[in-house]
Amino acid sequence: MSGFVSETSRRRPGTCGALFTVHGLTLIALVLIGLGPLYWALKGAVSSPTELVTNPLALWPADARLGNFTLAWDELQVGRYVLNSFWIVLGSWAVQLFVAATAGFALSVLRPRFGPYVYGAILATMFVPYTVSMVSLFLTIIDLPFLGINIANTYWAIWLPAGANAFNVLLAKGFFDALPRELFDAAKVDGAGTWRLLVSIVLPMSRPILAVISLLAVMHSWKDFIWPLVAIADPQKQPIAVALTVLAGQAPQDQLIAAMVLALIPPVVVFLIFQRHIVAGLGFTGVKG
Amino acid sequence: MTTATVTRPTGEQAAQESRAARSRRWRSGGRRELIGLLFLLPAIAVFGMFAWWPIVRGLIISFQRTDLMGTSEWVGLANFEALFADPLLGTAVLNTLLFVGLGVLIGFPAPLILASILSTVRRFGGVYRFLAYLPVVIPPVVSVLLWKWFYDPGAGLFNELLGKVGLGPYPWLESPDTAMLSLVLESTWAGMGGTVLIYLAAMVGIPAELYEAAEIDGANMWQRIWHVMLPQLRTVIALLLLWQLINTVQVFTEPYVFTGGGPQNATTTVLLLIFRYGFQQGNYGQAAALALLLALALAVLSAVYLRATRSWSKS
Repeated sequence: MSGFVSETSRRRPGTCGALFTVHGLTLIALVLIGLGPLYWALKGAVSSPTELVTNPLALWPADARLGNFTLAWDELQVGRYVLNSFWIVLGSWAVQLFVAATAGFALSVLRPRFGPYVYGAILATMFVPYTVSMVSLFLTIIDLPFLGINIANTYWAIWLPAGANAFNVLLAKGFFDALPRELFDAAKVDGAGTWRLLVSIVLPMSRPILAVISLLAVMHSWKDFIWPLVAIADPQKQPIAVALTVLAGQAPQDQLIAAMVLALIPPVVVFLIFQRHIVAGLGFTGVKG
Repeated sequence: MTTATVTRPTGEQAAQESRAARSRRWRSGGRRELIGLLFLLPAIAVFGMFAWWPIVRGLIISFQRTDLMGTSEWVGLANFEALFADPLLGTAVLNTLLFVGLGVLIGFPAPLILASILSTVRRFGGVYRFLAYLPVVIPPVVSVLLWKWFYDPGAGLFNELLGKVGLGPYPWLESPDTAMLSLVLESTWAGMGGTVLIYLAAMVGIPAELYEAAEIDGANMWQRIWHVMLPQLRTVIALLLLWQLINTVQVFTEPYVFTGGGPQNATTTVLLLIFRYGFQQGNYGQAAALALLLALALAVLSAVYLRATRSWSKS
């Protein structure tokens, strides 16, 4: 691998020193902007409210205490909101995976004659940002067409619209397209039905793309804010992201910070576990060394 | 004559056979179509109900007066007239443009510079990428509330730190002059990581021979950046800039959580206005009308932009 800094100049002591300095400074800056805010939040969460005001620049509080976490979890009901978020994420993930897998399978393997039109209509939705149709989406969930039921204030109002994600279908179809078709024919000769073909052949071979769709789905629905804010009005059912904005106006600062730390632990843990896949999902696949 | 008697039965046979084959193919084809439809049904159902229909309906209700009871009547252009009569619309458009402009000014070069530094890192590159991406993982509401605490004019981190070197105190979110800049700083921090990784992937993909050839021709490092790296990244840069424009035009979480649109409406953006019309005032028609105009503006922006960058990359 070579970049704009060439091999010969890397060997020159002047360039080598300059590179070392730039890399060192960049690392310090990245630690400050990447880890700094997280550390500061953690420090704020274990500080007492008086210390937050009297000695705001202390690197660690004199009397660190974990009490704020239990207070936030019980008194501010952060436990309930985090659980709500878990349900929302779980359902959104399941719906997205189901829709992407079935649609990708139909469009790529079964290939019905009208398939390309449906695919075109699905891809077309990528050009309409969902904030733009948010108002009519809200009017839709309070009175579902044909069914006439109101799903606002239930998690279905988040789960089902999450499934209408064109990018997932694009990813699934693209991956299924690359699977060897002889395999499908062989399975058909062996008497496998269509459902069997999907469950026993296509899905097991598509784990990488299912993982990418899952990660995108989980990260996105944990971070989503504007739609849950609109769709779930009942404070008892709100996810942590929406609840925090309400708590911000009511709770004491130190407990609020503890609540924020609790809210960012799950996504950070998911990132720590899957960071290789997340980074790969952003375009590190197929790059020659 | 004899040939005719010979060929006639074979012709009939062939016709029969082909008819049977056609009907068999038709039947199995029909069955295939049906199974295909069955597997597409979940997608058709969710896209139909929650994507295609709301898009069409958004168009319809911009010309209607709608209430929660489900009654709606056609009102012509009344929603648009009410919209343009609102003095806040101009403010919101200007604020949104300010956010987009500052976002491009600060948030566009920063990830490009960071990515080009990271592309020269040989050891522990993973640590750099991990740290750069970490803010992206944090839920936006948490990021905004954290920064709100940092911006606090009382004992906030920023004013305390700047006070140590004799600067400030700055009003940050409290003043109409600096509020928008404060929002842009946070959103740049929160969104930069993803862009850095995409640039980095594109930079690693540039063939080493190009740099080597430039070096043999006597190009120094800055010339190699300017004449080799940036032209090679042209497409990625153009697409990411468009992506950033589309995203920042739709900014909502930052103004909603940081300031609620204040102070003195200095951070009231178009999306915040849509939210207020629709979900606080129950004026769905007017909200849909503004959303429709926003969609049109984004479509025109994308079309003009793609056309401009296409001719630019050709020349």
